[in-house]
Amino acid sequence: MQRIGVFVCHCGTNISATVDVHKVAEILGRESSVVYSTDYQYMCSEAGQNIIQNAIRDRHLTGAVICSCSPRMHETTFRKTAARAGLNSFMVEIANIREQCSWIHKDKEDATQKAIAIGRAAIAKVLLNTPLVPGESPVTKRALVIGGGIAGIQAALDIAEAGFEVDIVESKPTIGGKMTQIDKTFPTLDCAACILTPKMVDCAQNEKIHIYSYSEVVKVKGFVGDFEVTIKKKARYVDENKCTGCGACIEKCPMKKVPDEFNLGLSNRHAIYIPFAQAIPKVATIDAMQCRMLTSGKCGICSKVCTAGAIDYKQKDQFIEQGYGAIVVATGFNPISLDKFDEFAYSQSKDVVSSLEFERLTNAAGPTNGVLLRPSDGKHPHTIVFVQCVGSRDTTCRGKEYCSKICCMYTAKHALLTREKYPDTEVYVFYIDVRTPGKGFDEFYRRAVEQYGVHYIKGMVGKVVPRSDGKLEVQASDLIMGEQLHIDADLVVLAAAMESDKSARPLATMLTASMDTNDFFTEAHPKLRPVESPTAGIFLAGACQGPKDIPETVAQAGAAASKVIGLLVKNTLKGNPCVAQSDELMCNGCSSCEKVCPYGAITYVDKEFKMPNRTIAIRRVAQVNPAVCQGCGACTVACPSGAMDLKGFSNKEILAEVDAICR
Amino acid sequence: MTYSYFPGCTLKNKAKELDECARLSSECLGFTLQELPQWQCCGGVYPLGKDEIATKLSSVRALVAARDAKQDLVTVCSACHNVIKQVNNDMQSDKDIALKVNNYLQLDQPYSGETRVYHYLEILRDKVGFDTLAKLVREPFTGKKIGAYYGCLLLRPSKVMRMDNSENPRIIEDFIRAIGGEPVVYAMRNECCGGYVTLEDPQSAKIRSGKVLFCAKDQGAELLVTACPLCQYNLQKNDDYGIPIYYFTQLLARALGLRELKGVPDGR
Amino acid sequence: MDDNRIEEREEIERISGVDVRKCMRCGKCTATCPCYDEMEYHPHQFVCMVEKDEIEPLLKSKSLYKCLSCFACVERCPRQVEPGKLVEAVRLMVIRQQGRNHLNPDMIVKKLDDRMPQQALVSALRKYSK
Repeated sequence: MQRIGVFVCHCGTNISATVDVHKVAEILGRESSVVYSTDYQYMCSEAGQNIIQNAIRDRHLTGAVICSCSPRMHETTFRKTAARAGLNSFMVEIANIREQCSWIHKDKEDATQKAIAIGRAAIAKVLLNTPLVPGESPVTKRALVIGGGIAGIQAALDIAEAGFEVDIVESKPTIGGKMTQIDKTFPTLDCAACILTPKMVDCAQNEKIHIYSYSEVVKVKGFVGDFEVTIKKKARYVDENKCTGCGACIEKCPMKKVPDEFNLGLSNRHAIYIPFAQAIPKVATIDAMQCRMLTSGKCGICSKVCTAGAIDYKQKDQFIEQGYGAIVVATGFNPISLDKFDEFAYSQSKDVVSSLEFERLTNAAGPTNGVLLRPSDGKHPHTIVFVQCVGSRDTTCRGKEYCSKICCMYTAKHALLTREKYPDTEVYVFYIDVRTPGKGFDEFYRRAVEQYGVHYIKGMVGKVVPRSDGKLEVQASDLIMGEQLHIDADLVVLAAAMESDKSARPLATMLTASMDTNDFFTEAHPKLRPVESPTAGIFLAGACQGPKDIPETVAQAGAAASKVIGLLVKNTLKGNPCVAQSDELMCNGCSSCEKVCPYGAITYVDKEFKMPNRTIAIRRVAQVNPAVCQGCGACTVACPSGAMDLKGFSNKEILAEVDAICR
Repeated sequence: MTYSYFPGCTLKNKAKELDECARLSSECLGFTLQELPQWQCCGGVYPLGKDEIATKLSSVRALVAARDAKQDLVTVCSACHNVIKQVNNDMQSDKDIALKVNNYLQLDQPYSGETRVYHYLEILRDKVGFDTLAKLVREPFTGKKIGAYYGCLLLRPSKVMRMDNSENPRIIEDFIRAIGGEPVVYAMRNECCGGYVTLEDPQSAKIRSGKVLFCAKDQGAELLVTACPLCQYNLQKNDDYGIPIYYFTQLLARALGLRELKGVPDGR
Repeated sequence: MDDNRIEEREEIERISGVDVRKCMRCGKCTATCPCYDEMEYHPHQFVCMVEKDEIEPLLKSKSLYKCLSCFACVERCPRQVEPGKLVEAVRLMVIRQQGRNHLNPDMIVKKLDDRMPQQALVSALRKYSK
C-alpha cells in the first residue's frame, strides 16, 4: 500500500501569484494513495525541508511529490532531504509548476488547472517508481586546463597547490595569453609583464604542472571523473628538450619579413621565432608556411648554427592521449576584425589602429620600443582621437550586442598615459557612456579628465578621411554642445569589441558544453554557479565565459580551481542510477540500441539461456555499461522489442504520466 | 544568356552613353540585355513610407514583366537599381505591401518577389567574372589611376542591396583592375554627392561633391568612374580640379575596344 | 493639445516603421550626416523629439528638405533605429497636406540647366511633393 506525500511550494510569489497553491494542495490531497498534502512558502528552505522530513517520518511516506520549480534547480536538494529522512532518493518526483506553469501563463484559473494536472502526473509516476541506488565511478586525479592565458595559469597554479597534477594545453607557442601584449594594467598601472611573468615561471617550475604549448585538444570522450582527451602537439620542428632558447637560429634565418602576430602585424619576425623574450617555454618554433626549408627544401641554416642540435625538420604532429577527472576551459578572447567598420578608414590608413595595436605601440618591448609613433611615417602624433564602442552594443549584423566591458577603462588608461608622457599631445575620447564599475575605476577615469586634461566628448565619430598630408580628418558629433566637430588627428584608436576565441565553438562541441549565441560558454546558473558549465566536470574561467578584466579573471580562475579540487579530492563519484537496462529475455540482439548510443555505453554479449527441453541456447543480448550510460533514452526508443528501458523513467512510468494528464 | 533590361528614363536621354556602352559591351561579353517592351520611370528614389503603394507600382510592373519572361532583371543606373531592388524586397517580406499591390494590379499570377534583380556590375562580377573580362580587354587602362565613386544608392541600405561591404567595397575597384587600371581607394567614395538636392539647393550639392572630388584628387585619382547619372552630373558640375568623370560602361566599352572614349559627355 | 501630439507621433511611427525607443543616444547618426551644417535639426534630434512628441518644430523646419536621403545614418546606426526614415515620415506629414507641396513643376523651370539629368527632377519631385 503506497503512502504518497504532496508538497506544494509557493516559491514566494513566483508560483503563488499565478497558481492557487492551496487549491492545488487540496485537490492533489484527494488523489488515491496520497495521505498527506500541504503547501508552504519556500519548500527548499530549512523550514520547508523540515516539513518534508517530518512528514516522511511521521506519516511513513513511501513516496514524495514536490510541486515546485524546475528539477534543474532543486531536484538534488529534495533528493537529499528524502535521504536524510530515510526515504530512497529516487522515490521523489518534482512537478515543475514554475518554469512550466506559473512563469509562462497569465490566467490564474488555467494555470491552477494545469498545475493540478502536472501534479497528478508526478503522483502517477512516483507510484511506479522503484528505489534506485547510484553506482560509483572512478575519479582520475588529474586536471586539464585548456588555454594558457592568465585564467588558465591561475587555475593551474591553484589546482597544483592542492597537490593535483595539471596539464595546460595552449595553442600558441608560449603561455601567457593577451596579458603578455599589454603594457600597463588599469587602474593601478602595474606593468602587466611584471605581474604575469612570475606566474608563468611558477607554472614552468611547478612539478605538478605540465605545459603542452603549441598544442590543441582534438578529441574528448568520457564524462566527469573519467575524461579521455586526445591532445595534438603541433610540430614546431624544434626539439623542446634540446632547445636552450639562445636565439642563434633566429639571427641567421633569412626569412625576415613575416608579419609578427605578437605585434599584430606592426613589425616583422623571422620564419623561426620565439614570440617574445619572456616566452614559456623559451623554445623556438618554425612557421612551416614561411620556412624555405619546409616549403621548398632549400636553406637549413638554422639547423647548421644550432649548437644544441635541436632543429628537426622531420618532426611530425604528435597525438597524446591522457585521462582527466576535470577540465577547465580558459580559451580567452580576441578583438573583432574591423573590416566591416571602414567608415573609420582602418583599411585605408596605417594610422588608424585598434586598441590592442595601440597597446603594442606604447609597450617598451613593442615595434617602436615604447615610443608612441605613427605607424605610417614614424612621426610623433600631436592629436589622438579614441573611438569607443566599435562593434560593441551593436544590434546590427556588423557587431556584437553586448558591452565589451573593458574598453572604457583601457581607453582611459591609454589616454592618461599618453597625456602623462606627452603633455603636448591633445587627446580626445568619443564615448556613448563611460563604464567604470570596479574598485578605483571611476576615480581613475576622472583623473584622466581632471588631472591630465583628456577631452572626453559625449558623441560618436561618423567618418575618418585620411589626407595625403598625413592627417586624418575626423568628423564626429558632440551631443552636449550640439555640434558636428571636424578634428585633424594624427592617430585614431578604435576600441574594437571583444569576442570569444575561434577555438571555443569547436571545443564546446567536443565537450558537449553549452554556449550562448555570442560563443561565450554558458554557466550553470548566471548568479549562483558562475564557474561551472551545466555539463558535469567542465569548469569555466576567464573571458571565454564573458567579457571581463584581469581581477575578475583571476578570481574566477581561483573559483574554478576550487571546484576542480572539490571534485578531484574524491575517490569515487556517485553515478546517475537512471541508466538504461536491457531485459535479456526480450532482447533479440538486433544492435539498434548499440548504433544509436552517443556514448558507446552498449555492447553485445553471448549469454546462455536455459530452454524448456533442457537444452541451452546461446543468444546475443545487449548489455549496458551503467558507468558510461548518461540516461539519454535514445536506445529505449530505438529498441523494437521494448527490451530496453530506462531506470527511473520507464516506459510504464511515462505512459502513466500521460494517462494522468489526460484524465 | 539574356536578361530583361530596365534602362530607366535618364539612360534614354541625358545618360545615353551609359546605356549604349552597356549594350555594346554585353554582346561582347556574351550576354544580351533585352529591354522590357513596356516600362515606366521608377521614380528615382525609393519611397520610404510604409504606406506608399502607388509609387512602387512601376517597379513591380517591371519585375512582373521579367518574371513572366522567365528572365532575371538587370539595371545599369544605380538609382533604378536601388528603387527596384528595395521594392522587390518589400514584395518578398512585407505582407501588407504585397497584399495591397497585388490587390491593385490584379495580375493573373500574384507577384511575391520571385524575380532576381542584378546590377550590371554584379553580372560582370558574378556571371561573367572579372578574370574572364580581363582576358577580353583589348585596350587596357594601363597606368591610369582611377577612383571608383560608389555614391549612396549602390550600397545602401546594405541589408537589402547586398552588393558589397558597404564601408569597404571592392566591386568597382576589381572592375578597374580587370580593365587594366590602377584603382585609387579614397575615403569619400561612398559618401553622398548631393543627389536630388542639387535642384533646389545647388550650393549644398556643391559642398558635398566638392568634398568627394577633393578627397579623390588628394589620394591621386586621375579620373573617376561612377554608375549613377545624377552623381556624374553633380561631380562634373562642381569639379574644380579637372577630374574627368566617366560611367563605368564607357570605360568598359573602351577597354573592350568597342568605342572611343569621348571627352567627358557634353564636350567639356 | 497633448492628444494631438501623441497622434502625430503615432502617425510618424506608422508611416516610418521606426521604433524610436531603440535609440541609445550615441550620436553616430549626427556624426555621420554629411549635411549637418545645412540642417536645423539633426538626425539624433529627430529621433529624440519624435519620442518626446515634440513634432511641431520638426514640421516647420527646413531641415526636411535638406536631408539627402543618403542613408548613411541608417547604415551606421548601431541600434537599427533608421533616423533617415523618420525624417521622410515627418516630411510626408507636411507634403501630404492639401496645398503643401514643397516643389511644383512650374517652380522647376528656372532651376534647370541643359545637362541636368531627368533623374534629378523626378527624384526631387518625388521627395518634395505629392
